[in-house]
Amino acid sequence: MAEKLIETNDLLEVKNLKKYFPIKGGFLKKTIGHVKAVEDVSFTIKKGETLGIVGESGCGKSTTGRTLLRLLEKTDGEVYYDGREIYGLPKDEMIKLRTKMQIVFQDPYSSLNPRKTVSQICGEALVEHGLAKKGKEVNEIVSDVIQKCGLAPYHIRRYPHEFSGGQRQRIGIARALALNPEFIVCDEPVSALDVSIQSQVINLLMDLQEEMGLTYLFISHDLSVVKHISDRIGVMYLGSLVELAPKDDLYAEPLHPYTQALLSAIPIADPTYKKKRIILKGDIPSPANPPLGCRFHTRCPYAMDKCKTEVPEFKEAKPGHFVACHLV
Amino acid sequence: MKYLLEVKNLQTHFFTEDGIVPAVDGVDFELEPGQTLGIVGESGCGKSVTSVSILRLVPNPPGRIVGGEILFEGKDLVKATESEMQSIRGNDIAMIFQEPMTSLNPVFTIGKQISEAIMLHQKLDKKAAKERCVQMLKLVGIPRAEQAVDEYPHQFSGGMRQRAMIAMALSCNPKLLIADEPTTALDVTIQAQIIELMKDLKEKLNTAIMLITHDLGVVAEMADHVIVMYAGRVVEEADVIDLFKDPKHPYTIGLMKSKPSLDGNAKRLDVIPGAVPNPLAMPKGCAFHPRCSHAMDICKEKMPELNKFGDNRKIRCWLHEKEGGEK
Repeated sequence: MAEKLIETNDLLEVKNLKKYFPIKGGFLKKTIGHVKAVEDVSFTIKKGETLGIVGESGCGKSTTGRTLLRLLEKTDGEVYYDGREIYGLPKDEMIKLRTKMQIVFQDPYSSLNPRKTVSQICGEALVEHGLAKKGKEVNEIVSDVIQKCGLAPYHIRRYPHEFSGGQRQRIGIARALALNPEFIVCDEPVSALDVSIQSQVINLLMDLQEEMGLTYLFISHDLSVVKHISDRIGVMYLGSLVELAPKDDLYAEPLHPYTQALLSAIPIADPTYKKKRIILKGDIPSPANPPLGCRFHTRCPYAMDKCKTEVPEFKEAKPGHFVACHLV
Repeated sequence: MKYLLEVKNLQTHFFTEDGIVPAVDGVDFELEPGQTLGIVGESGCGKSVTSVSILRLVPNPPGRIVGGEILFEGKDLVKATESEMQSIRGNDIAMIFQEPMTSLNPVFTIGKQISEAIMLHQKLDKKAAKERCVQMLKLVGIPRAEQAVDEYPHQFSGGMRQRAMIAMALSCNPKLLIADEPTTALDVTIQAQIIELMKDLKEKLNTAIMLITHDLGVVAEMADHVIVMYAGRVVEEADVIDLFKDPKHPYTIGLMKSKPSLDGNAKRLDVIPGAVPNPLAMPKGCAFHPRCSHAMDICKEKMPELNKFGDNRKIRCWLHEKEGGEK
């Protein structure tokens, strides 16, 4: 198998991205606070690369993915795609750019319209963007792309309920691929699937990347899946990126205490393997009222006084290995 | 009596409009007192139906236990009356469910929900039940147990709700705890807390646990003995160390290989081709043969028996029929 081609130039650059959701309350539905879902996240993705984002529920990984596609509007920060700030683009330019950036969703059951056929689901965007004419032309493209995803041409006339979970996820991937995109956000694409189906979909995503030169942002809570598919991995906690490193460095030598705890918490499928497990105390704090200073200090086994007041800088500890911690 | 629970040829079928779904079709296993038995399989393999059958909670209609025996301390639960079952449920056999969000009643306090079972089974009065409640919440590691007992489920986080469920299940000192995917809905760091808690409580209380999960990692950490299920039947049974060291059934092998490992650097994952068969149209012969890379002619014709290999191992596969399999 050919080595994956990763180019040196950045396809996507995210700078200090912030996304707050207002909390409405009271009789007049005034804004009484904000859920700080994404707080100051910066990273870059090179062309042809897979960047994995891991974190627990509510850490803002999905919101990050959606905000950089402009499916949600940002609160602050900049997102550059191929050198252009996407939030500064006029409407018609943005619509054109949408064909380049696609998303695959987590739940293959609720993300497909049950009243539309596969051809309509995957072909809608083609017609909308004027890339193909309704009817024969669209059907040809869709039947091509679903074959790439491991389905058969006769499936285009079928409805989502006629497919299994794994097949539905293949339709979701085909929908994203139909427009011939460059960049795909995969938002927990295998989490809802059984293990044996999971591996089929992961292999499919990796094959497609090689074949079409795709760039992925792969969001997942499953550390072993992320390790398998990604080139570099970012770890998020409560809206912030705490560590970002090439995958082998991250797993061999995690620098942030949260990453260390997260890695040690994974159950290993080997009953003879004895390891030291770092058990974190308590739960993730509410993002509406995050702790001051380092957001992890309430659960961190090494927390110092400094951590309670000062936000640690996200800095390069080793070449390519970024971490936000006062200890490093 | 050696076994706490003995399930013999259990068959639970669902009678639907489209036909009969044999969700559990001839399951056998034994569980010793204080042992942890892991039941592994993918969605639809019948692992959850097996557990609700033991508690006789199969929704009827459409489901019904159509055959077999469930011997709990020698007593056949299949033939037990409803009132006998009521005194067993919660008291001798307790269950915790996958969804800590939906398995607690939102309009009653945590304390009220836990004391309900204590008052019913242990015949304690309200005050004593509440004391026992606080004691249980402390045992499962809920901070401020005295106040938490008067709080409502929405004031608890996911991990705390699962702790409360465990407290409720263990409040009457059951001999058997059925845990149906107890950590699946939880985050990794919270999952680690709950696994440690369950291991710790098992040591303290010597409760036998039936752990149902799809996660091989959780099984490796907690179980003593494992059964692997596929399409309503047991395909392999072994001690946990033997199973992970040397899986024999092609399905078990496939399952283990298809999970990406943390230390492996394989470029491609091994996959089990195809998908789980439609339960309304099970393939003839071995249910796994359409997905099996070793399938032979006989696999398409006849269902293999669950044969014994050595002391603690059973395999249902024609490949292993020759190698010293004995009935």
